[in-house]
Amino acid sequence: MTVVAELKDVTKVYGNKKAVDAVNLQIRKGEILALLGPNGSGKSTILRMLAFIENPTSGELKFQGQLVNFKNNEKERMQSTLVFQKTTLFATSVYGNIAYGLKIRKVPKETSDRKVKRTLELVKLQGFEKRNARKLSGGEQQRVAIARALVLNTKLLLLDEPTANLDPKNAGIIEEVIDTVNRENKTAIVIATHNMFQAKKLPHRIALMNEGRITEIGAPKEVFSKLSKNLARFAAVDNTFTGSAKATTAGTSKVDIGNGVKIEIAAKKRGTTVVFINPTDIILSKVAIESSARNVFKGKITEITDVDPLVKLKVDVGKSFAVQITKQSFNDLELYLNAEVFIAFKASSVQVL
Amino acid sequence: MADILVEIVEALQLIVTGDPEVLGIVSRSLLFSGIAVVLAILWGTPLAMLIAMKQFRGKTLIKTFLNTLIGLPTVVLGLILFLVFSKGGPLGFLGLLYTPAAIMIGQAVLITPILVSIGVSSIESVDPEIMNLAKTLGASESQAQLAVLKEAASGIILSDLASFNRAIGELGVVLLVGGNIAGGGNRTDVLTTAISRNVQISEFGLAIALGILLVMILFTINIIVAVLRKANYLVELAKAPFLRIKRYRENKQ
Repeated sequence: MTVVAELKDVTKVYGNKKAVDAVNLQIRKGEILALLGPNGSGKSTILRMLAFIENPTSGELKFQGQLVNFKNNEKERMQSTLVFQKTTLFATSVYGNIAYGLKIRKVPKETSDRKVKRTLELVKLQGFEKRNARKLSGGEQQRVAIARALVLNTKLLLLDEPTANLDPKNAGIIEEVIDTVNRENKTAIVIATHNMFQAKKLPHRIALMNEGRITEIGAPKEVFSKLSKNLARFAAVDNTFTGSAKATTAGTSKVDIGNGVKIEIAAKKRGTTVVFINPTDIILSKVAIESSARNVFKGKITEITDVDPLVKLKVDVGKSFAVQITKQSFNDLELYLNAEVFIAFKASSVQVL
Repeated sequence: MADILVEIVEALQLIVTGDPEVLGIVSRSLLFSGIAVVLAILWGTPLAMLIAMKQFRGKTLIKTFLNTLIGLPTVVLGLILFLVFSKGGPLGFLGLLYTPAAIMIGQAVLITPILVSIGVSSIESVDPEIMNLAKTLGASESQAQLAVLKEAASGIILSDLASFNRAIGELGVVLLVGGNIAGGGNRTDVLTTAISRNVQISEFGLAIALGILLVMILFTINIIVAVLRKANYLVELAKAPFLRIKRYRENKQ
């Protein structure tokens, strides 16, 4: 098993805050590793150190067996690339953006043209070469950013919340690309995410992060099963709840997650259970609607975040649920802070971890 | 009144017929100010990059000082440069006083604060992640800085044009270090100084012709600046309806 990169006792301090606290981590060739944790848990900082644009306050970082010298790391930077959470593009064409790294590597024009074309096909943006990159939609921009990293075929690919602000269609395309690149090129990929669903689906290993530390690491199944026994640290991830389950006569179960909120799930469960509901699986309405959804709760909107083309809402129904809807729906429903709303989701949409 | 009309007619004749004296003064003005801007770009751009991209103590102080220098009366700067270039001054041995070189250096010094000040603010307005982005794609420190500079290009071009504007319309420095010499092989009279002299010797026709040309030059540069500023805006404006249709279609899908 080849190790691509390794962090040994790495700590990063900003001011008087420890963003990363004595982390030990190995990234293996050909694997997809997910760093899963709430905002501010140190995921991005680890990625920035692995991209060599941030140096550790203490500890060692090895890349392909060599100790990294942070004063002179141009060679390493050629082999590791990071896609930021906030899409950042150069003020030029799509081609100019994607070819930037190739130009730095002095790749001949014809080869560069061919590579850009192939990568654009991969992210389903064929023929977009001449378009102004900053004039594309949010999802397309993020796909350009990912293509710009992919085209370099580096040993290590780092993705910071690659689908966080995207609609399901764009997110799907990106997840597919990540999977393909990993399979075909054996690229080691590290993804920072707080999307439980993504963490369960894509990676070979998951590292659970909280307050700058890695609290669990292993295969997704392993980590999730451990989680159900040791759950407190997980509470900060959106729509993940712990409660005690009781079977119903209908063959389903109800999980009491506290404050009078009982979630019906499509499986027979008993005892302590962790459930997760994807924010896009929740239907939001202003009046109670009759539907097949087994879970309907009434609550108030406590938070609105605009992440074009989507809007993220927090709805407090006794417990706080994250809900993701399109901007169009948000406008059509004329929603506002403290508005009373109903949330609904099917028992089969509830994932038991 | 009739006299003034006669002078204006004479001025227009001088312009239309392409009087060699007028052309000489105009081309000297354009050449001196052009070279002054190039000089100022050569030392001003790295200085702007340094101030904008590096974190150091006293950064705000330096920026405030630069802004103060923009408002410095040119005649004061002219006096300082005169003393520096004069025989007893620190650079007196170069023998630059009353030569075209003194004018170009003087104008370059004069416009440096404007060039650096606008340059710094355009570089600072670039997304701070651009530098890191370039690095993650393999760029060296200097390549990453170049990427930032490219993002700031439109602001920097504006600062260059504004500097040229200031240089060509300037009188104090040019008069004191250039000497306004209107004869011989090394003439140092330019538009502004020539206007001033011709008024003093009552050559109003020539003075008016030069005045009209100076205003025309300034106006042209301002038009270029406005077009550059608007160009982007107009493109956006033209695209807007199509973008709306495109978004609508995307949403419908």
